[in-house]
Amino acid sequence: MDIRLPMAAATVDERRAVDRILGPPTTGWEGGERRRVDGHVATGGHAARARRHLLLPVLHALQDDIGGISDGALGYVCERLTIPPAEAYGVATFYGLLSVSEVSPTVIHLCDDIVCRTSGAKELFTALADAIGPEGSSDGTRTWHRSNCLGQCDAAPAAFVQEAGVGRRVVVRADLDRLAAGPIDGRDPAYAAIGDAVLTARFGAPDPADLDAYRAVGGYRGLRRALEVGPDAVIAIVEAAGLRGRGGAAFPTGRKWRAVADEEATERYVVCNADESEPGTFKDRMLMERDPFSVVEGLTIAGHATGATKGFIYVRGEYPDAEDRLRAAIAAAEAAGYLGDDVLGSGFPFRIEVRRGAGAYICGEETALFESIEGRRGEPRAKPPYPTTVGLFGRPTAVNNVETLAAAVAIVAEVPGAADTKLFCVSGDVDAAGVVEAPFGVTVRELLTVAGSSHPPQAVLFGGAAGRFLAPAEWDVPLGYGPPSPPMGSGAVVAFGPGVDMDDIVQRIAEFFRDESCGQCVPCREGTVRQDETLRRLVAGADERGLLDEIAQVMRDASICGLGQTAAEAVSSAIALGLVGGAR
Amino acid sequence: MFGAGGGTSSYEEIEHTDLIVLWGSNARAAHPIFFHHLLKGIDNGARMIAIDPRRTESAAWADLWLGLDVGTDIALANAVGREIIAAGLTDDEFIARATTGFDAYAESVEPYTLDHAADLTGVPAEAIRELAHAYAKAPTAQLCWTLGITEHHNASDNVFALIDLALLTGHVGRYGSGLVPIRGQNNVQGGGDMGALPNKLPGFQDVADDGARRRFEDAWGCAVPAEPGWHLSQMFEAMERGDLRALYVIGENPAQSEADGTRARRALDGLDHLVVQDIFFTATAELADVVLPAGAAWAESEGTVTSSERRVQRVRRVVPPPGNARDDIDILVDLARRLGHDWGQPTAEEVWDELRSLSPIHAGMSYRRLEELGGIQWPCRDEEDPGSRFLHGRLWEDPPRGPKAPFTPVEHDPPKDELTDDYPIRLTTGRHLDSYNTGVQSGRYRSPRRTGGTIDLSPEDAASMGLAAGERARVISRRGSVVAPVRIDRSLRPGLAFMAFHYPEDVDTNRLTLDEWDPKSGTAEFKATAVRIEREP
Repeated sequence: MDIRLPMAAATVDERRAVDRILGPPTTGWEGGERRRVDGHVATGGHAARARRHLLLPVLHALQDDIGGISDGALGYVCERLTIPPAEAYGVATFYGLLSVSEVSPTVIHLCDDIVCRTSGAKELFTALADAIGPEGSSDGTRTWHRSNCLGQCDAAPAAFVQEAGVGRRVVVRADLDRLAAGPIDGRDPAYAAIGDAVLTARFGAPDPADLDAYRAVGGYRGLRRALEVGPDAVIAIVEAAGLRGRGGAAFPTGRKWRAVADEEATERYVVCNADESEPGTFKDRMLMERDPFSVVEGLTIAGHATGATKGFIYVRGEYPDAEDRLRAAIAAAEAAGYLGDDVLGSGFPFRIEVRRGAGAYICGEETALFESIEGRRGEPRAKPPYPTTVGLFGRPTAVNNVETLAAAVAIVAEVPGAADTKLFCVSGDVDAAGVVEAPFGVTVRELLTVAGSSHPPQAVLFGGAAGRFLAPAEWDVPLGYGPPSPPMGSGAVVAFGPGVDMDDIVQRIAEFFRDESCGQCVPCREGTVRQDETLRRLVAGADERGLLDEIAQVMRDASICGLGQTAAEAVSSAIALGLVGGAR
Repeated sequence: MFGAGGGTSSYEEIEHTDLIVLWGSNARAAHPIFFHHLLKGIDNGARMIAIDPRRTESAAWADLWLGLDVGTDIALANAVGREIIAAGLTDDEFIARATTGFDAYAESVEPYTLDHAADLTGVPAEAIRELAHAYAKAPTAQLCWTLGITEHHNASDNVFALIDLALLTGHVGRYGSGLVPIRGQNNVQGGGDMGALPNKLPGFQDVADDGARRRFEDAWGCAVPAEPGWHLSQMFEAMERGDLRALYVIGENPAQSEADGTRARRALDGLDHLVVQDIFFTATAELADVVLPAGAAWAESEGTVTSSERRVQRVRRVVPPPGNARDDIDILVDLARRLGHDWGQPTAEEVWDELRSLSPIHAGMSYRRLEELGGIQWPCRDEEDPGSRFLHGRLWEDPPRGPKAPFTPVEHDPPKDELTDDYPIRLTTGRHLDSYNTGVQSGRYRSPRRTGGTIDLSPEDAASMGLAAGERARVISRRGSVVAPVRIDRSLRPGLAFMAFHYPEDVDTNRLTLDEWDPKSGTAEFKATAVRIEREP
């Protein structure tokens, strides 16, 4: 194809980073030495293009090892994978954690989203700007950027730090000193349970990656039962339990698995969507960090039920600890025969591969997630066809949220209360932010009480930035799927205290969607920008409610995916409740 | 081939075939529309094997590229044939039913073992074997070629070698399998179809065919010669001999497009009378005694064009020719009148209808039907005939209708311009995407892609010659020399250089080329010149 490579050459270190993922080049045509035989024969074509899905892992390797992706490095990547540089550049620049504009030994991503900005992030911003310079500046070793929600709302303010050649870490309860310090901050998990602890039962384990400890408290009982009763029976069990997706869409899990199992196909996939990026949400992170085997076991059960022999876990790039724990759990499971060519001697082969996100909220949308794994920009696909028919690599695929899989394990293992329990994330103006496990029917007020709330909040946002602000009357409504409950979304509850500037918070939400829109479709690309601009005018005193309603309707009706369809929800609800625009 | 000079398949077939063999074609640069169809095929899962001395932009798409030495196509094809036979992969039933001469062919390819062919071509034996097995085993396969095969002194033999492979494997005469010579101009197929060939009347009827000739004589009211005339290369030789004194050139620029350009221009200069009819004032027009400005064929002219898939389509005039330019038919009819023949004022449709009455393969293609059906592929023998998607389906009937298809044994015959110590580099020529032939039509607008005339060298040759990119070098052949800036190109290997011929004003590549032409087809060996390269102070 017409691949014109940049003139710059990759350095030895850059080549090493790429080769660590792809192996060394074998011919002169893919960046190795030109041998005599290369002048007379070459391969490529389908086999070469089939490696496109390795683009993101390779770009991660460069970001991890070198601190950025230079022209020369990109050229070498393109040569190895036969991708036109313009396309690879388009992929790299889509993702917030990958840098092509600078190579920096340390990159600090400082969260200023809705919880962190009310917990000290603004002061930290000023401190960092004094120390290094305005956002985006570098002092030669450190570069810093503003970040959307990092999923650390239980310990705000938070930062995510990339250190080339060293590693990635999350800093919580951050201050300038903690940002500079090295190793990972350990912290006690913040969680509680109303009623039976099912999903949080193992959160207190001293070593979450200890397989024996997992098994000792009932781990892998679910998989054993699944293998005994067979795929059909497992699907029936999950259907009977009424399990619905816990990521936000709430689609019945059993029905999804059945749809994939029924497809005539030689290859199917199951994917765990661990790209949790909804502001105010951190339950999946907690599950992966504290109970990684439940995710692995859950995905294995899903694979067995649907007939998939390969599973992927797509974990967001800002969750390094979760990724490490998952990888450790997978390795332990493989060593003990819970993964591999013959799971527990059942004849069922199943393997799991971890893929890392690179800083894009939209990749939590299942088809954008597929695009990302396949090595492209995370731009959602039109549906239909639905993933159960045409999914990852074009094959029938079941995508499930982390919590859904953990719940499925408990259901198949016949743990009492498994079908009726839900993880809520409570943060903001509360005494002890964290995950609260509770049965359906719990109310917002009850959740706030558990988290410790000394005074009623000024406002409550339910379901993340894609959710909505609740009227005080709704704080006592039983939460669940379907009316009278407000839409569950990610189950995030964010309380805003009396001193918080709600204009600022709502504008921050509009900014979030403007930033995270993938830009593919007009209603969302234009709508999120105009919503942001129009909201500013409203806050400044203009009556723009009519225009905001129109924009909201267009996005809701005509966007390709859920991001655009929900981008106006919180803003609309804030206006309706009189939380913004001075109409209080 | 097989009597009719057209590709056997429709463009749509390449979108649905299992294997595409692109032999001596850089379609990505030279046939971009056809390449779109090819890319759809790849997108639908087709494998592609490219055979070309250079690893071109087209070859970069291939699952396998065989970089053979220039002019060794017969050696490669014969080795492929031998391997197909040795591996028992021939379509024996098709061979027995529909072909003749297999035994002589099998004997002729016996010496072309994989190792011997590897020696002759430079391509590893394993790759040749892979091509042979892939082609023979593919359920359907399209074998496509253009000037890499035909711009050689043994062009026809090269084509026969490829046809033989299709006959060995039954990859002709059925949907998805065929032989595809991709034509270079939008209507070069049409030109030949209409009889602008020295040995054919319109519709590929041979001048030697008495019955056909008589029908034309009756229609035209004059005698038609029964012997073939001269093709272009023979015309030039006749000019040098003094046997050809006057020339009427329509839409061709031989002063710059002929091989051995110095010689060609000298021949044109020596004519008593040269008339040039063209849309631009070309280098040939500059030599003319009379220039007849003509209307452009695609917007200023009414009529039909015929594509590589034998599809005749309507073209319509939307603007009149500017200034003094006149429609080609007008000019020809006016000229005929002054030469004593009054053809009236025929419209394009009237001319076309006359053709249909004389050319059986076009008989059913009225303007009305061409418009209704959006174009029709010949043969189309009457007004009920929807046209023919692919040719030679008759070979699959039992017994096959018409004559059986013959195997034609051919032997490897290296290029005529020999490599020696004085001329050690093999120069091959070709095209860029952004320019067209001698640049008459494309040189008039800017393109950010256009590199201008360069001498393209492998990194190794440039290094050993001490030449950096952009430096000026003199390229010298036995016939002349040109100066051009150096361009480094990794698609080349040591000993192989490349030049385009789009910029004759700056870099007149055809000063270097050899006009050794194929006696059967008349095409010259543009693809193989021997040169040496020196730094130009």
